[in-house]
Amino acid sequence: MGILEVKGVGKRFGGLQALGDVNLSVEENSVHAIIGPNGAGKSTLLNCLVGKLIPDTGSVMFEGQSVLGRKPHEINQMGISRVFQTPEIFGDLSVLENVLIPCFAKRDGSFRMHAFESVSREGEMVDKAMAMLEDVNMADKKDMNSASMSRGDKRRLEMAMCLVQEPKLLLLDEPTAGMARADTNNTIDLLKEINEKRAITMAIIEHDMHVVFSLAERITVLAQGTPLVEDTPENIKGHPKVREAYLGESA
Amino acid sequence: MLGLNKKDTSLLLIVAGLALFAPFLLNPFPADSGLAQFNAGYPDLMQRFVIFGIFAIGFNILFGLTGYLSFGHAAFLGVGSYCVVWMYKLVDYNVIWGLPLAIVVSALFSLLIGFVSLRRSGIYFSILTLAFAQMSFNLAYSVLTPITNGETGLQVYSNDPQVLLGATEPNAPHLFGIVMNQSKTLSMGAWEFTFNNGYYFCAVILMVVFYLAIRIFRSPFGMMLRAVKTNQTRMNYTGLSPRPYTLAAFVISGMYAGLAGGLMAAMDPLAGAERMQWTASGEVVLMTILGGAGTLLGPVLGAGFIKYFENIFSKINDGVLHSWFSFLPDGMENLLVGIVHPFVGKGWHLTLGLLFMAVVIFLPGGLMEGGERLKKRFSKTPEVKDPEHRPEDKPHVAE
Repeated sequence: MGILEVKGVGKRFGGLQALGDVNLSVEENSVHAIIGPNGAGKSTLLNCLVGKLIPDTGSVMFEGQSVLGRKPHEINQMGISRVFQTPEIFGDLSVLENVLIPCFAKRDGSFRMHAFESVSREGEMVDKAMAMLEDVNMADKKDMNSASMSRGDKRRLEMAMCLVQEPKLLLLDEPTAGMARADTNNTIDLLKEINEKRAITMAIIEHDMHVVFSLAERITVLAQGTPLVEDTPENIKGHPKVREAYLGESA
Repeated sequence: MLGLNKKDTSLLLIVAGLALFAPFLLNPFPADSGLAQFNAGYPDLMQRFVIFGIFAIGFNILFGLTGYLSFGHAAFLGVGSYCVVWMYKLVDYNVIWGLPLAIVVSALFSLLIGFVSLRRSGIYFSILTLAFAQMSFNLAYSVLTPITNGETGLQVYSNDPQVLLGATEPNAPHLFGIVMNQSKTLSMGAWEFTFNNGYYFCAVILMVVFYLAIRIFRSPFGMMLRAVKTNQTRMNYTGLSPRPYTLAAFVISGMYAGLAGGLMAAMDPLAGAERMQWTASGEVVLMTILGGAGTLLGPVLGAGFIKYFENIFSKINDGVLHSWFSFLPDGMENLLVGIVHPFVGKGWHLTLGLLFMAVVIFLPGGLMEGGERLKKRFSKTPEVKDPEHRPEDKPHVAE
């Protein structure tokens, strides 16, 4: 029984069957990659997991509880964090504030009228956020306006914002999209470290095979909305069905 | 002091100083000099500075922090006024009954309007609030005449119940006997300074609500409101629900507006529907943007700026213009008066429009940004950080 169990999930947009009967099981503390050619339904699947879309059929269970019908913020409070393809951060706020917000969200829940406390007096929260920034080597940038940072820094900040919540499951949507090779390798190292040190389960959607094969322990290949195979990286590499889906080789 | 850091304490002290010494500061010219018309130190105008300052501070909590632009806040202003006048009619002239009621009723009213309007954001939110405000105006103007007295406006009549009215009680708004429209005048040489009870009552309230605004700005709640403005997607996926935060900000700003409206009626025991018209909502938007949306001091400055120029420019008539340009030959004099004429007197809105355009184009951050730029130019060490938008630096544990 995995931490995340997806059973028979289907989603239709008008005449397009974006997902049909997807089954997926993500084991606790593993790194699970979901790959597939363009239009395979990877992003649709991810959106079904975080509450942005509601699947037409099937069930999505996280730690034995259904996430279907819950709002994104409720699903986050259950312990699922999401990293976006283009980093979503609070651009007008400082780096430290960006990390403080998830700290407060974790402590106080989805809404609290803490209008007469002072941020600067929340020492515990500030310490926690600073420790997180040290971990991703951004402590020296804490007062910077986050919108003015490089894309790589924004990605690291977004990662820090997710990690500081100590999620049980981290969903990553093409975390290295548009990155140079050196940045990609840094991100791989960062993710590896996160998985090992913090014991956070990860599900990654990725195009870059280099990233997938360096990180994943299990790989699910999606094509035209249905999973083709689910196996270890070694077995996926030479799998004829995968080659067919990616390269269009007919049998 | 009071849970504020050094910088915020000095900000509060500046506002307190400005408010308390306004009768001196706004009367720099001797009463009999030609420049006396530029003096602003008389009760009616000073009261307006402060009341609109309160209105703008509250509006800024919604617009400056969350970025939701409401075009309907005048409705809460009107509700506040009606509440206070009704308390005059039913209880007595003591403002202590009406003002709390004004705050409570405008909170309920803004909860209702906010709950519906905040289902949408951006321009749709603005239009929804505008629609609600115009509906409120029309209700007050005609439909609800029994409550609002329609276009005549609500006022106190001699046959009103006024159940607590004592025999010796003043027949004008007062606070436990301190009558709002009474003043003391101090003459110092050619200068004359007026100290008005009502003004000081409003000024004390301004200091209290300004203090509350600082606390909200510096709180985790205030940080969440800025997060709403910046990125609602990230907020949702961080486990925060933006709706209750925006609704809370909407209700708080509605309460500020209700209080401001109540104070208007506390200064002058009248309430009319025109107070709820959309032009009044637009005015507070102008004040906030002109002063600097999202800054603490900006809205107060913006309110003062607009009310001052409204008053000064609208007082200048052709007679005054002719006296200014009388040193010129007749033809030139008439020409210049003709040129300046459309911008003063009844046309002062034209001047305000030009000033507003200039500020928005050259100083998008409002008067506060102008101040910052001046400070940077005159100080050797340029300040990189925006002091309004940052939590206080805290020494890290390792240090």
